[in-house]
Amino acid sequence: MVPTHHYLLLGAALFTIGVVGVLTRRNIMVILMSIELMMNAVNINLIAFSGRLGNVSGQVFAIFVITVAAAEAAVGLGIVIAMFKNKETMNINEIDLMKW
Amino acid sequence: MNFLDLIWLIPLFPVAGFIINGLFGKRMPKTAVGTIAAGAVLISFIFAAGAVYQLSQLPEHERSHQVTVYEWINAGPAVTTGGQETRFVVDWAFLLDPLSSVMVLVVTGIGFLIHVYSTGYMWEEDGFYRFFAYLNLFMFSMLTLILGSNYLMMFIGWEGVGLCSYLLIGYYFHKKSAGDAAKKAFVVNRVGDWGLAIGILLIFATFGSLDYQTVEEVIRAGVASGQYVISQPIFIGIALALFIGACGKSAQIPLYVWLPDAMEGPTPVSALIHAATMVTAGVYMVARSNWIYQMAPEALAVVAIVGVLTALFAASIGLVQNDIKRVLAYSTVSQLGYMFLALGVGAFAAGVFHLMTHAFFKALLFLGSGSVIHALHHEQDMRKMGALKNKIPITFLTMAIGTLAIAGTPGLAGFFSKDEILWQAFSSEHGHPVLWLIAAIVAGMTSFYMFRLLFMTFYGESRVDHHTEQHIHESPRAMTVPLMVLAVGSVLAGYIGLPKWLGPNLFEHWLEPVFEPVQVAAVAEEAAHHSAALEIGMAAVSVGIAVIGFLIAYTTYAKKSDRAERVSAQFKGLYQALLNKWYVDELYDALWVHRAKDLGRGLWRFDGKIVDGLVNETAVGTIRTAVGSGWWDRWIVDGLVRFAGGFVKTASWPIRLSATGYTQNYALVMVFGVLVLVGYVLWGTL
Repeated sequence: MVPTHHYLLLGAALFTIGVVGVLTRRNIMVILMSIELMMNAVNINLIAFSGRLGNVSGQVFAIFVITVAAAEAAVGLGIVIAMFKNKETMNINEIDLMKW
Repeated sequence: MNFLDLIWLIPLFPVAGFIINGLFGKRMPKTAVGTIAAGAVLISFIFAAGAVYQLSQLPEHERSHQVTVYEWINAGPAVTTGGQETRFVVDWAFLLDPLSSVMVLVVTGIGFLIHVYSTGYMWEEDGFYRFFAYLNLFMFSMLTLILGSNYLMMFIGWEGVGLCSYLLIGYYFHKKSAGDAAKKAFVVNRVGDWGLAIGILLIFATFGSLDYQTVEEVIRAGVASGQYVISQPIFIGIALALFIGACGKSAQIPLYVWLPDAMEGPTPVSALIHAATMVTAGVYMVARSNWIYQMAPEALAVVAIVGVLTALFAASIGLVQNDIKRVLAYSTVSQLGYMFLALGVGAFAAGVFHLMTHAFFKALLFLGSGSVIHALHHEQDMRKMGALKNKIPITFLTMAIGTLAIAGTPGLAGFFSKDEILWQAFSSEHGHPVLWLIAAIVAGMTSFYMFRLLFMTFYGESRVDHHTEQHIHESPRAMTVPLMVLAVGSVLAGYIGLPKWLGPNLFEHWLEPVFEPVQVAAVAEEAAHHSAALEIGMAAVSVGIAVIGFLIAYTTYAKKSDRAERVSAQFKGLYQALLNKWYVDELYDALWVHRAKDLGRGLWRFDGKIVDGLVNETAVGTIRTAVGSGWWDRWIVDGLVRFAGGFVKTASWPIRLSATGYTQNYALVMVFGVLVLVGYVLWGTL
């Protein structure tokens, strides 16, 4: 039996990698992938606690998160493609429409 | 070395080959790629052979060895439909018993030969390493499928081989037809996999476990205590659901349509995946679940009828096809039909026996056709072949042996296995003379189309075009040696399963522990009461039918004759229907494919007309009502706002600098905010 805090450390490490990826990478695809990483970190936490507490709802919730992540990836990629067609760039620094 | 405890390694060698070739193959020399791929399978074969040998040394009732690697899934409590408490627990475990030992030897042994052959056949292709990486991944999946000790591992392997099949059919992905064929195989298999998944879920819901041995014990105990009786609806349901899966993977009516198109892949792939191993997974699965099928005679009847109809249907299409690989593809579908016929009449051992002999001669025939195609620079149309007998003698001789074997020549492998099936179709308690009659007719058709293939390719006048004619060459040794080995196998493989009137059926005896009857039936030994004379007589009849098929093919295609044209002109309607595969693809297009497209188009129109229309109407209405309020807004409200805005704008220029428009800056601020909040909360607790 792997102790719960190992899962939590793994989850925290993955989450941090994801956050750093989102904040520092300039390629939209990589940012999307980093977001996936963060979701999976959350999944690990859910499943770790589900196993620890002997309650399946955490696992069910993780399945839902995976489903939502799949939908998010589909929509996200759609947006990226639409954006690429308009601006011909994947660099997030060149997409600054939110500027004042 | 104790190979029995090392069976979990068998699937890992090919996966190592897959990783090495897949990651680094692009930069490695072709010789290294081929050696690694074929070597990995050879090591698997050695380990498999060692394990099977050690298994055969055990006493008969102990010949079932399970190795648990680790607990794979342990996902909490569940309740079966019978009200029993259980847990959803699945081990990553491997099971070697007589049935999986037959499969593992066939898969690794023939798989190795085909890997060797591929090094010769694929030498000049682009993506040589990609091909071998996929092929090794396939071996891993297939070995997981047959060695796994529970339905979920079988499912993993099942999906894995489906994926590899898709990847390898679409190997020439720049060709649209190959991409389409790959997609078709994948989609049609999804339909079957749906059935398999339902079956597996039902098994867990009913028996509370997915482990083969546990399920079998539960059923046997249930039968002994009277809890389960034969023909109970749940057994019929599970058996039929599993059979839908088998129909998809093993190309039975109505899901066989993908297999002929799968010939778009390279020929070694057709030999390995679409003839010798993957398509027999359905047969293996039904044989593995024999305790469920024994409880559902109605489902067995469905299996037998679907099998025999598929055999007839596919053989009829095979009669007139002109593409050398398509003839073999329909032949494969037809032979798979034979296997399901055997399973359906309760002769599980006969079905698995035919699976094994078929793997030899069909792999041989496919590799031989590959050698012909190689010699003719990728010409597959038999109308442009002929008279190749002396130009590629090794290919000719080995293919002739394969043809004789599949046609059921006495003394060769196909004769023993096919005859066993015919006999069981007639004599077993689930059998019926009509099943035997159709199967015997199919034997004649098999003989005709196979000799037609042989004669059109190797005899008669050369119809090869002039340019290619000068470059015809026998294939390299890497290709001819596997052909010769398989030819020897096609001759000898039958002798381990002799009919009763000739000697002991070692093969059936070996499989007996797996196919032990669930219920000791009172009529069990009825089959034995049929006289040996009857069995010999029926074998003679089927050989006679095959000889008729041979003679028709010989006089039509080996001699100079216009009979082929004459007959096809006389029965034009039938000929066209056969040539166009009974228009089944067109029917499926009309029934499903176009309906799905119509649905998509309809939804698109709904979106365009109704949804967008509503939005547009609303917008127009809004614009009209907005004119009035616009005036008010522009002068009064905006005036106020602009005044306020101008004031704020002037006053706020230092803060404006922080709004850069870069999303990541905003995200960074958010993260800091979260950290501050978390810090604040933790501050309170610490």
